[in-house]
Amino acid sequence: MIWNICADFLEVLKMYNKQRYKTKMPCQDPDVRNKNFEEVNLGYTYEEALNEASRCINCKNSPCVSGCPVNVQIPAFIDLLKNGDVEGAYNKIKEKNFLPAVCGRVCPQENQCEKHCVRAIKGESVAIGRLERFCADWARENDIKSEKSTEAKATDKKVAVIGAGPAGLTCAGVLAQRGVHVEIFESLNKAGGVLSYGIPEFRLPKNIVRYEVDNLKQLGVVIHTDVIVGKTVTIKQLEDMGFCAFFIGSGAGLPSFMGIEGEELAGVFSANEFLTRANLMEGYKADKDTPIAKLSKVIVVGGGNVAMDAARVAKRLGSDVSIVYRRGVEQMPARKEEIHHAMEEGINFLTLNNPVKITGDENGFVKEVECVKMELTRPDASGRRGVKVVEGSNFTIPADGVIMALGTSPNPLLKNSIPGIEVSRKGGFVTDENMRTSINNIWAGGDAVTGAATVIEAMGAGQKAATSILEYLK
Amino acid sequence: MFKITEKKQLNSTTFSMTVYAPLTAQNILPGQFVMVMCDEDSERIPLTISSFDKEKGEVTVVFQAVGASTLKLSKKNEGDYLAHFAGPLGTPTHLDGIKNACVIGGGVGCAIALPEAKWLKEHGANVDIIAGFRNKELIILKDDMESCSHNCTICTDDGSFGKKGFVTDALKENILKGTGYDCVIAIGPIPMMKAVSRLTKEYGIKTIVSLNPIMIDGTGMCGGCRVTVGGQVKFACVDGPDFDAHQVDFDELTIRNRMYHNQEKHDMEHMCRLFGGAENV
Repeated sequence: MIWNICADFLEVLKMYNKQRYKTKMPCQDPDVRNKNFEEVNLGYTYEEALNEASRCINCKNSPCVSGCPVNVQIPAFIDLLKNGDVEGAYNKIKEKNFLPAVCGRVCPQENQCEKHCVRAIKGESVAIGRLERFCADWARENDIKSEKSTEAKATDKKVAVIGAGPAGLTCAGVLAQRGVHVEIFESLNKAGGVLSYGIPEFRLPKNIVRYEVDNLKQLGVVIHTDVIVGKTVTIKQLEDMGFCAFFIGSGAGLPSFMGIEGEELAGVFSANEFLTRANLMEGYKADKDTPIAKLSKVIVVGGGNVAMDAARVAKRLGSDVSIVYRRGVEQMPARKEEIHHAMEEGINFLTLNNPVKITGDENGFVKEVECVKMELTRPDASGRRGVKVVEGSNFTIPADGVIMALGTSPNPLLKNSIPGIEVSRKGGFVTDENMRTSINNIWAGGDAVTGAATVIEAMGAGQKAATSILEYLK
Repeated sequence: MFKITEKKQLNSTTFSMTVYAPLTAQNILPGQFVMVMCDEDSERIPLTISSFDKEKGEVTVVFQAVGASTLKLSKKNEGDYLAHFAGPLGTPTHLDGIKNACVIGGGVGCAIALPEAKWLKEHGANVDIIAGFRNKELIILKDDMESCSHNCTICTDDGSFGKKGFVTDALKENILKGTGYDCVIAIGPIPMMKAVSRLTKEYGIKTIVSLNPIMIDGTGMCGGCRVTVGGQVKFACVDGPDFDAHQVDFDELTIRNRMYHNQEKHDMEHMCRLFGGAENV
């Protein structure tokens, strides 16, 4: 009996590609790409994608799916891809994920689907993210459009979505697919939220964001830019205009600063400002009017993805860039791939250091940054290692620019305009398990609830809220 | 797209532009601003609202064509469209309870100070306006300022019209006359606001200034507009743009506003070559 099972298993194994490691992602040479804004990762070819897809052993309990915040049916799409049905694979992803070209690029798969992959026990997981990206890119290049649901119009009621970022776009997409009339209100001049203003072109080309937004419009979603809900119109006024349910996906736009001396000097930026100038306003392009500082020596403070993005943008603008982070590289919250890419591109990592003061020149521009050395303390009961200052270790680094990438919190602008809505101590909207806020017809999700988190978690929240809104509209 | 329904040139470099933006027009209060983008390649620039008409759905901004972006904006004409026009942003000026105000405008700041003066007069306060310009040719909105105030004093630096001297001279004179202002509102170039602030501090008169730092989004997202007020960091776009003048660090604001000076100069030269000089606008 046991022998039979083993034989079956061996038979199964024979059918799969036993390559232990992920099929390598082709990418631009580091010394070339650190001088341009073109995409770093070039994406799999058809052959590479099929080769990687064949590494999936299609396990029955699919642990990968449970790691995906929107529950993409991963083995099912990979199976279709394996058999050469790329369109089928794309449609399978789209059933659950509205922005596959985005997620395939920016999701931290290593902490989600890929973390649970059986193949990772020996070697590396299946490169699920890269395969997702391949399918989405193939669909875009071959002009495969999402089909509008043939479902009868569910309701005549109108839903307003506030914020055209990942949470809002997903919520609107799910609702529109079910025949609900949805209008999105976006405060900036372009849709996309953090996908437009935050993540740089070389990691997420803006034509992809535009394409995904256009797809939504084809589903019938109306997008109004330049409308700051809470200022231009209030939720009450939108109700008077006939909207009966609301989803807030206004993100975590409020940047943090350190509160150290010299932060007010010219040449000190929040990563939000620096990245918005580069990404949303495309200030690095000759035909765009928005100025972006041309700095010779830049210090980026922080260790998250935003710090990596800011550092890599500054590098591409010709600066000598150092990342200063108070813990070690291992403790950095940024994705390993981003840290690796940043290092390859020649960014200096000054870890276990923390700025304490910024000094300016006679004109009030940044001249140098004073730091202290830090050391890791012993792990506490939870295994987490703290840091402490090494007394008397102060030293200065010359710099003409400092970019603070210390995290963001929810923007208070909207909540201040909704009387009685419950918010947490950190300023996020308080919701129940269906993303419903303390006000009956208002849902919220994404960074506006959690504080700065990931694109896919925001999309998961948008999806969950949409399901609950559909229930409410019945 | 937002249609320009009226454009007027107020002096050699100052323009008034009325834009059809019905959604924005409905919630405006004095002291608020809009973010404007001329076309898709433009910079987002904050412009303070100088008047609005809820019925017609129109919003008017007054601006000086001094930089590349404002120069570009000044080239747009009636019937043209602006790519983006978003607002109203910022916290409205706290005008409640003011009974006896002196509203001071410097140059294009006069246009921005007008809604405050108008609101105060309509709500029964005594309103004196003091408006300062370099010379007679640069005077703008004289009739509007007269109709929005009980007394309107115009000063010119060179004495070519009205009183010779700075707005602070006229303000000091009024204070010494025993006008008993309970509030001074000063909007204009930083040195003017700083000088007014210094004077009113001496006499213990509450003073509000409207600041104009560099901004990108105008909604609290970039922090580019941070200013130090009373030793605390504030974002002018959401906490302001109005602040208690006696608490504002004007020198820091001056420095921060110089951030893109060199690039701006370069862009301006480019624009001037393109359009044949700022004088010919």
